[in-house]
Formats: sequence, structure tokens, C-alpha cells
Amino acid sequence: MRHVVSATLALLLTTALAQAEATPGGTADLIVQPEPPGLMIGIVTNGPALAVGGNIYESLLRYDETLAPMPSLARSWEVSEDGLTYTFHLQEGVTFHDGTPMTAADVLFSVNDFLMKTQPRHRNTMAQVESVTAPDEATVVFKLTQPFEPFIRAFAYGTMPILPKHIYEGTDYMTNPANDKPIGTGPFRFVEWQRGSFIKLEKNDAYWDKGKPYLDEVIYHVIPDAASRAVAYETGVVDILPGGSVENFDIPRLTELPNTCITDKGWEYYAPLSWMWLNNRNPPMDNPKFRQAVMYAMDRQFALDVLWNGYGKVATGPISSKTPFYSQQEPVYEYDPDKAEALLDEIGYDGEPIRLLPIPYGETWQRWAEAVRQNLQDVGIKVEMEAADVAGWNQRTANWNYDIAFTYLYQNGDPAIGVSRNYITSQIEQGSPWNNVEGYSDPEVDRMFEEAALAYPAEARQEIYDQVQVKLQEDVPVAWLLELTFPTIYNCKVHDIVTSAHGPADSMRDAWIEQ
Amino acid sequence: MAKFILARLMKAALILVCIAILNFLLIQAAPGDPAQVMAGEAGETDAVFLQQLRERFGLDQPLYVQLGRYLGTILQFDLGYSYRQQVPVADLIFERLPATLLLSLSAFVISLGLGTLAGVLASARQGRWQDSVISTIALIFYATPLFWLALMAVLLFSVQLGWLPAFGYETVGADHTGLRRMEDIAAHLVLPAMTLGLFFMAVYARMTRASMLEVSRLDFVKTAQAKGLRPALIQRRHVLRNALLPVVTLAGLQAGQLVGGAVLIETVFAWPGIGRLMFDALTQRDYNLLLGVFLVSAAMVLLFNLITDILYRLVDPRIRVTA
Repeated sequence: MRHVVSATLALLLTTALAQAEATPGGTADLIVQPEPPGLMIGIVTNGPALAVGGNIYESLLRYDETLAPMPSLARSWEVSEDGLTYTFHLQEGVTFHDGTPMTAADVLFSVNDFLMKTQPRHRNTMAQVESVTAPDEATVVFKLTQPFEPFIRAFAYGTMPILPKHIYEGTDYMTNPANDKPIGTGPFRFVEWQRGSFIKLEKNDAYWDKGKPYLDEVIYHVIPDAASRAVAYETGVVDILPGGSVENFDIPRLTELPNTCITDKGWEYYAPLSWMWLNNRNPPMDNPKFRQAVMYAMDRQFALDVLWNGYGKVATGPISSKTPFYSQQEPVYEYDPDKAEALLDEIGYDGEPIRLLPIPYGETWQRWAEAVRQNLQDVGIKVEMEAADVAGWNQRTANWNYDIAFTYLYQNGDPAIGVSRNYITSQIEQGSPWNNVEGYSDPEVDRMFEEAALAYPAEARQEIYDQVQVKLQEDVPVAWLLELTFPTIYNCKVHDIVTSAHGPADSMRDAWIEQ
Repeated sequence: MAKFILARLMKAALILVCIAILNFLLIQAAPGDPAQVMAGEAGETDAVFLQQLRERFGLDQPLYVQLGRYLGTILQFDLGYSYRQQVPVADLIFERLPATLLLSLSAFVISLGLGTLAGVLASARQGRWQDSVISTIALIFYATPLFWLALMAVLLFSVQLGWLPAFGYETVGADHTGLRRMEDIAAHLVLPAMTLGLFFMAVYARMTRASMLEVSRLDFVKTAQAKGLRPALIQRRHVLRNALLPVVTLAGLQAGQLVGGAVLIETVFAWPGIGRLMFDALTQRDYNLLLGVFLVSAAMVLLFNLITDILYRLVDPRIRVTA
């Protein structure tokens, strides 16, 4: 509670100061963890690459904390009444970092060519698109095959970055030398990357949004050890610890340091939701009653309060409360060991050992797995803890070689994009740790997700998502844990680091430092 | 001597190829592959994407084809291309080499110099308070986990006292040049080099002390004493020289590890060295990079083994090394 209060105070303080006049100049020092493999986010799409690359590349839109679109490279846009045509009007005077003007031709090249070859998610989105055309240099028109309401949220920098046609056209995209010296339209230009040490960006003086960015430089420090990252903040080497930079147990200590602010905003688009895959193929996980027993057996509030310092929320079902179309539905699974035991008795669970695979993302996750093991053992489920590194975890889950496995996934702004993939039959495919790994299959759920994705307008979608949440919460294909929040800790002299639903990862374009 | 060195070099080349093959096969035995790790990181994947990655890395080929390609590459003195970072492996390794060598050599000099000195002093004052102090300190440094020592050093000297930078190779963004830059790097070097050096210093001190005491009980020392030679001279010329053999062996082993880096120390102090590069390559299944680091480390071990053997002959002429 104390932390929630201090977070609220910090937020109020931030809001008050945000109204002060932004002053240009200064350097922001942040952590990037782990070191990204590359910065060209048309090719590399992992979290750290997007966190740095978000300063260099942009897309047509940005999203506010309610996921409503905001202008970025598109200054305005219209959606036709039938929901089939999306028209974007581009900003004037936008240039790439090498001085070449950005036009509709670059948008067409990125959307129709580059990203189709490099990004699976983009290919999925474009399956709804009949054509993309440019009636003039400053207008781009997307025509859809059928109304697809989530489409408006597909124009984020991470999902549809606009890339320079003049540099990539006719080359091998994967080996183009520009991948090492990324060139975009963003508020900051790439300067230097000393692998293992830091990545340095500088202000783009020719940025289209006049007066921005305020900072002269942004430096991302690479510090492999979580305790050392905390020390980096304590000793003033870095000013901003983006979410996930330090272990959770360090957060209370760091927030007590003088002049330290904390915010849990900036995760609205990704809305990370954690759960345990219950391998529906293996008994006893094939029995919904066993899966319900797992839900009742877990003290998720304890995990939230103790392991995550109260940041986050106990999940009610498959859709995060931050994601559009969430609704509170029954059944809700409160911590009730007696009910869990009764369910296990009812199905005649014989004490057969269950393998539990934690996700190897650091100490908090390991402790969480131990807490869950304790919960499960308390109701009589015999648990054998397993271990794997990231590559091993990927392989085990992608090839379905587990009984219960921890994970968390981003919801990416819409259930049709980030939720249905984990529950529909067509997504049961070996090789990916991000699809329907648990092997749940129900024709009714398949139908509802399909209809909900294509229903139009939003009210029609809501009705179907209400039903699908009820159905899934009854069946418990996976054991939902928490809606995660990774708070950003920062020196209060830095302002406006979170101005969109993507948080600090969506560039430091608005950030400024009190001089 | 030249013949001996040549024969040893040829043998080393053969061993190196065997090591390369063994490393290659060992890595294949680990679960997961680079395509899966990269697909995992992308947050979304499909069969097409996985297949594209496997084709790009040549992972869709049979194992013997992959091995043949790898051996073909290294025989041309090329370490290949890092799948994940899209950069030649040799570039990545050489980029990290200066930082690694600076850290390892500093730690090497600190540990060998101070350790041997402490060992000699302890043996000369055997049973007295100096011996107890040195032995106790050596035992403490020997038994304390390196990472804990490192974290405590950071907390004391960086966080509490603010004397030394906590991590990194130099002050990022300061853009120092010339002498100022060297001072900056030296300040950053103190904590990691001392922490790494202290462990080995303890090892050298204990080993030198034990070896000195053992040698000083031998008959030729008694003869020297009977001849009336000064104790200091006996210690230096007769005892120390003979007692140095195990120390040289250990120094050779430590020197072989110079390029391999020190994963723990590099992690805690965010030192951009090869140890960390290797660790990251392992977790990310960046096969070529991992194999490259292994191969360079193995070559260094072989080289320093050879140097150790040559030093044996210089330190102790009684040893006749045969090729």
C-alpha cells in the first residue's frame, strides 16, 4: 500500500511538474537490458531493440494511454464509414536522418515490401488488406478486404516502422550495412554503439515536430548485472531505469532515495499478462476441473504484494484490464485451497507428479515459481521443479515438452492481435513459444474469436468478447496469474518520459531535464 | 630448442582442430537453437519465419555439412559470422580484446607479484604473527565467492565512499582523450582488477608459502646453511628458485585463461570483455560466436602451455623437455 501511495504521490508530482516549461538541452542516461542484437527494428523486434530503436524510427501513429491514436508521421487520418478504407495524410517536411525527404513511397515500400519479408506479425495484419496505394506524395490509403476494427492499432513504431526506401530498395535487407547505422525519421539520430558498453544517440535537429526533441543526447548503458544496474542509479550514472531494469525486491529501496520518482504508466499497449501454460494434452491437465483446482490453489494476491511489490493486478481471465474489450466476468478464482482440494478429490487425482518449468527471466520469476510450487503442494499436487535457460525454455515450450510452464505475453492493443493466438485451434503449431502452446481446442471459442475480430463496430465486438471471456474462464485453458506492470524509476529532474501507451520505449521525444 | 618448439606447435595445431570439432558437437547437444531464440525474442513467429532463419544460418543442413562448412571456414583463419549480431565473429572478439587483456593482465600482475611476495614473506616468518596474518587473509580471499567480494567492493568504494566508479570501462559520454582518458580507464580498472587479482593472489601466496617451506627442508638447503651462507641469500638463490616451479605452472594456467575473460567479474562490473561476450553467446545460442571465443581461448591455453614448458627449462635447467 505504501508503494502505491508513493507511486501516486510521484505521479501527482510528475503531472504538476509536467506543466512547467520544458527546457532544451542535457543528456538522458538510461539502461537498456539486455543488450539488443541490432537496432534496425524492421528486422529485430525484441524489447531492447524497440526500446532504443523507438528513438530512431517512427510509424504513422502513436497511441495514448487509452490506446486512442495520436499523430506521428501521419498528421491526420480518416476511416470510412464502412470500416474498409483508412486514409493517412503525412506530416510535411519530414526527412530521414541522411537528409532525404520521407514520402508516401517510403510508406508503401515499408508496408508492401520490407516488412512483409521480415515480420510475421506484419504478414498477419496485412492478410486483412486488399491494397495499399499512394494517390500523392503525402497520402497513403489502405483498403481492407473486410472491416477489421483492430487495424487502427497496427500503426505503432514497433509493428509498422517507416523505413528509407532509397537505402534498402534492391538490396539484401538482412545484410544491408545501414542495419549497423540505422537511419529513420525519429527524434534522435544514431551516433555510436560500443558493444557491451553503451549506445549513444543525438538530437535530430531536422526533426519534423519543431522544437522537439529537447534533449541533446540519449545514452543507453549496457550493464549485465541487475544489482549493478541498481547501483548505477544510486550513484547517479543513469537517470532512468525503464521497467524491468532492476529486480523487484530492489524497487522499494530505490524509490526511497532522494529525488526519485516512479511511474507504472506506459505499459497500456503491451499490457503484459502472465500465466502458466497447463499442457492440455497431458493428464491430469486435460481435465478442466484439475485446471480450476490449480486456479483456486494459487495465492496470487501474495505474489502480487510480496514478489511484485503491489505493482500490477491479479488477472481475472484471458484479456488484461488494460486491453480494449476487457470485461469483468464470472467465474472469478479467489484463493481457496479447500475448493482446490475438493476438486482434486472429485476427479480422483492420484498424486501423480507434475513438472513445473519456471521462465528463466531472473530472480523474481524463480521465487514466483517456488511460491506456486508451495501453493500447489499445500493442496496435495506433487510438483517437480525443472530448470532451463532461455534457449532451453523456448525449445521446451515451443515443442510442448512440459506439464506446467510460466510465461507472460504482450496483448499488443487488441484481443484479436494479442489474445486469440493463445487459445484458437489454428494456432496449435509446434515451433513457437507464443501461440496456443497449451493445446486447448474448442470450436465455439474458435468461432467466437473469429467473429469478434471481424465484427464492426466496436460494440458488436464487445458482446462477443464478453462471451468468450466467460467460456475461457470456465474452461481454464491456462492458469492466469497477474497483469504485470514494470514500473519506471527515474530521477525527478527528468520530465515527460512517458507520453504514450508504449512508455519510455516510445522514444525520449518529449523528455526534458530541469536545468 | 627450435625443433622442440616446432614439434609442439604442430601438435598444438592438431589439438586445436580436435577441440574445434568437439566444441561444435558439444554445442549441438545443447537444447534450443539460434532460430528458436530469435523467434522467441520477436514475440511472434510462424513456420515461415523459423524456416527463413534456419535457412539463413544454414541450420537446415545436415550436421556433417554444417561441421564441414565450419572447419572450412576456420582453416581459412576466418571465425565466421555472428548469426545474431550480424557482424563477423573476429570483429566482435577483437573489439573486446583490449578490455579483456587490460583486466586480465592487471589482475595477473597484481596476483602474481603480490601473491608470490606474500608467500615468501609468510614462509620466512613461519609460525610468527606475520605468517598468521598473511595466511588468514589469503584464506579469506581464497574462500570468499568472487561475485560477493565484487558486490561488497562496489558498495563500499563506489556507493558509500564514492571513491571509484562502480562499473564500465570508461565514463560514457565524457569523451576524454589522451592522458585524461587513460586516467579515467585506470580508475574504472581498479575495482575489477583488484577483485579478480585478490583471489589469485591468495592462491599464489598459499602455494608459494607451501612450496618454499617444502624446499627449505631439503638437504641442499642444509648444506648451504652449513656453508655459512647468509639466510637471505639462501632464501633467494636456493629456496625461491626451486620453489617457483609450481608457481610457474599455476601462472601458465592462469595466463592461458587471459583471453577467456572472467564472466562473473565482467558481469558485476559491466566490463565489456570476452567473458561476457561468451556468456551472452551461450544463452543466445549464437553458435559461431561461441565457437570463435572457445577457439581463441583454446589457442591461448595451448600457447601459454608451451611458454610454461619453455620457462621450466629456464627456471630449472635439470628439466630436459623432450618433444
